[in-house]
Amino acid sequence: MFIKLCRGWRRGLPHTAYTWRVAAAQYHHGSLPASQVPITPKLQFINSVSTDGQKVPTYRVLDGKGQLIDGAELPDLGEDMATKIYENMVLLPTLDVVLYNVQRQGKISFYVTAHGEEATIIGSAAALADDDEVLGQYREMGVLLWRGFGIEAVMNQCFGNEGDTSGKGRQMPVHFGSKAKHFHTISSPLATQIPQAAGVAYALKRSKRKNCAAVFFGEGAASEGDFHAGMLLASTIPSPTLFLARNNGFAISTPASEQFAGDGIVSRGPGYGVESVRVDGNDVLAVLGAVREARRRCVETGKGVLVEAMTYRVGHHSTSDDSFAYRARQEVEERKRIDNPIARFRFWLESRGWWNEDREEELKARLKKEVMSAFKKAESLKRAELSELFSDVYAGEEPWNIREQREELSSLLNKYGNEWEPWKQELEKFKGRGEELMGTK
Amino acid sequence: MSFTTLARRRAQRTLTTCRCRARRWQSSTASTDVGAAQASVSTPPAGGHSPSIATSPLLKHTRDQALRTPGLQWHDDDPGDPFTGRETRKMNMYQAVRDAMSIALTKDDTAVVFGEDVAFGGVFRCTMGLAEEFGRERVFNTPLTEQGIAGFAIGLAAMGHTAIAEIQFADYIFPAFDQLVNEAAKYRYRSGGQFNVGGLTVRCPTMSVGHGGLYHSQSPEGFFMGASGLKVVIPRSPLQSKGLLLSSIRDPNPVIFMEPKILYRSSVEQVPIDDFMLPLSTAETLVRGSDLTVLSWGTPVYTCHNALSMLADPPESISSHVPASLRSASVELIDLRTILPWDVDTVVASVNRTGRLVIVHEAGPTAGVGAEIAAEVQKRCFLKLSAPVRRVTGWDTPVGLQYEKFYVPDALRIMDALMETLNY
Repeated sequence: MFIKLCRGWRRGLPHTAYTWRVAAAQYHHGSLPASQVPITPKLQFINSVSTDGQKVPTYRVLDGKGQLIDGAELPDLGEDMATKIYENMVLLPTLDVVLYNVQRQGKISFYVTAHGEEATIIGSAAALADDDEVLGQYREMGVLLWRGFGIEAVMNQCFGNEGDTSGKGRQMPVHFGSKAKHFHTISSPLATQIPQAAGVAYALKRSKRKNCAAVFFGEGAASEGDFHAGMLLASTIPSPTLFLARNNGFAISTPASEQFAGDGIVSRGPGYGVESVRVDGNDVLAVLGAVREARRRCVETGKGVLVEAMTYRVGHHSTSDDSFAYRARQEVEERKRIDNPIARFRFWLESRGWWNEDREEELKARLKKEVMSAFKKAESLKRAELSELFSDVYAGEEPWNIREQREELSSLLNKYGNEWEPWKQELEKFKGRGEELMGTK
Repeated sequence: MSFTTLARRRAQRTLTTCRCRARRWQSSTASTDVGAAQASVSTPPAGGHSPSIATSPLLKHTRDQALRTPGLQWHDDDPGDPFTGRETRKMNMYQAVRDAMSIALTKDDTAVVFGEDVAFGGVFRCTMGLAEEFGRERVFNTPLTEQGIAGFAIGLAAMGHTAIAEIQFADYIFPAFDQLVNEAAKYRYRSGGQFNVGGLTVRCPTMSVGHGGLYHSQSPEGFFMGASGLKVVIPRSPLQSKGLLLSSIRDPNPVIFMEPKILYRSSVEQVPIDDFMLPLSTAETLVRGSDLTVLSWGTPVYTCHNALSMLADPPESISSHVPASLRSASVELIDLRTILPWDVDTVVASVNRTGRLVIVHEAGPTAGVGAEIAAEVQKRCFLKLSAPVRRVTGWDTPVGLQYEKFYVPDALRIMDALMETLNY
């Protein structure tokens, strides 16, 4: 009974008497109680996933000029899908440039661009089912855009206005979320979403949904203990968790060489018993193919799968960072010139006759117009009601402390709200000017 | 597997000692009337542990007492007479906790129970037989990673499932602090109410156990008291554990449920076998009084009760320290039960009547739960206070193994604080 239990969904525990006997018969020199490894008289140390000491290769489909490399196979992809991918890739920098400048003008408090990672993000988004649960880090706005979140919703979140459906203006810009789009709200603490994704995936499995939980994180976040926990959980409690590592070379100022000494993130996967692949993150077709196959394995086997996308963070870490303080401007310019994921895909589209200069002009003009229009609208909207400061801390009956604190602010507002300049000016930005809190509405 | 072995050994050590603790600090006239419990006491055994609570009148020794528990709400459609039509069974605290989880798993298909070593029954036996009854898909071991357990539970709860996670000892909840404070507590707020982890309950054994040393003794509730968005609940007995745990599991907010581990076996009482709940954020007044209020939670509730008895009828050896005038003092005893959000109304109403407050907890005083409560009571009862709010707590030191008897607030320290406060 015990063995039967263990050999159920947990795939058998190696310490049972049953597996000992199997292992003993299998290996000439015997076996160890807590594992099934062979015993060898030869003293040999290893420091590589591969037996020949080579690093894990990077899967690539297109070269820098958008041509199929020798032996590569195109993922299944029609014109509509291909142009949708391209348009979303172009939308990212269009939004990024505007919002970056808007932050520079002080109109929003913060912003994070995805320059250079368009192929990784949009390629992954295109490979997922639209109802796969996504848990992001913060540079994955493209997944939401791919799913039709809308430019206005992006703007509204960044402005934290009353149209912010992600979080009522409570979180910093780029902390998006949408239940309808199966995109779990971003939070700032790094890697916390990784073990959460394993839990989400386990819930999916229990609900018999044919979906995965796709979790994005950078190579820096992979140094957090939560990455270790998430990989362990998804493998020992098999759950369809798709780990998508964006290895863009930097965690703020820290180069990947100071982040880890091993062969990137991908080499860690097998240590956890997780199928793993490394892909050229600037090649959207390679990302599409790799993530699609990773997702298929993930959902079919109900286990975790790891994809490491190799890319380069062209932009600064965020608007609070000047990356030329720790890397040469020349290096960035070269990377942009040599390997621009958008240009690379455009070459390929043009070679198929699916794209041309006219379409490019039309797209750029349309996106710019849409972005500017959403920006102007978002800028003009008030913030949510001030009383939202106190809501949603708890569900159910509101605790006395929160109720009393709201009342305290309310009476202070009644007393000073029209006289104390800093508050007076700030109240103008809120829908209803805080009147609902002051009890005058 | 060495970790499992380690954990089992750790547990066996604890359990063995619990079983050995047979000598009792007998209440010679143990009254079943809680309100009038003024029993005489003998001195504790030399070098022994804190007295057994087996005969405590705070426990429900009869079916009728159990069914008349204040605030008890049945969670089923049985229309029968609540005081006569229900059955109870004698349970200790780990059995009651197990019973609550069994009911939660039976009634809610999305409910799962997991943590380190829970599949074989748990190092404190709280999940005994659940894996066999509900299957390994619903009751399972996790790798040894507290931040992972909390993160995994948050993910499940974010999908609307019921996640009942166990942290093996409250001392080991700190690796999960980030997940609990930055994530679980803020999940609903930060998403504008779109997402929530209301289905999350984290259970963990807490407080001292006689020989737990630094890392099997801690009372970390104070660290979570500032994590608005979380609830923190600590029961004192089997019946309380079942009712409060079922409430915690069903509460639409993430709850940390801390079970005083010394009570797992030592507290035994009649517990209704049906599905019932006890309200969160509601303190319970155990002994009525008019001269002073004593507020505590978890294990020290019993110590406080002993201190009340000791004040009324001090043992011969220390009776010279207890003036006759104080022996007839009428002391009110309150079990706070929920640390966050705590029941300010009950506490303040009591202090406004008695004018004096002593708070007792095992964690050290600095920035502990007692500090928060003392400040709030001082603010609300300023004109009614006849003495400073007094705290009897552990010291601001780690829980040194061989020093525990002098670390944990015992009946003598509590009685001394009662006298000082009454005499102020």
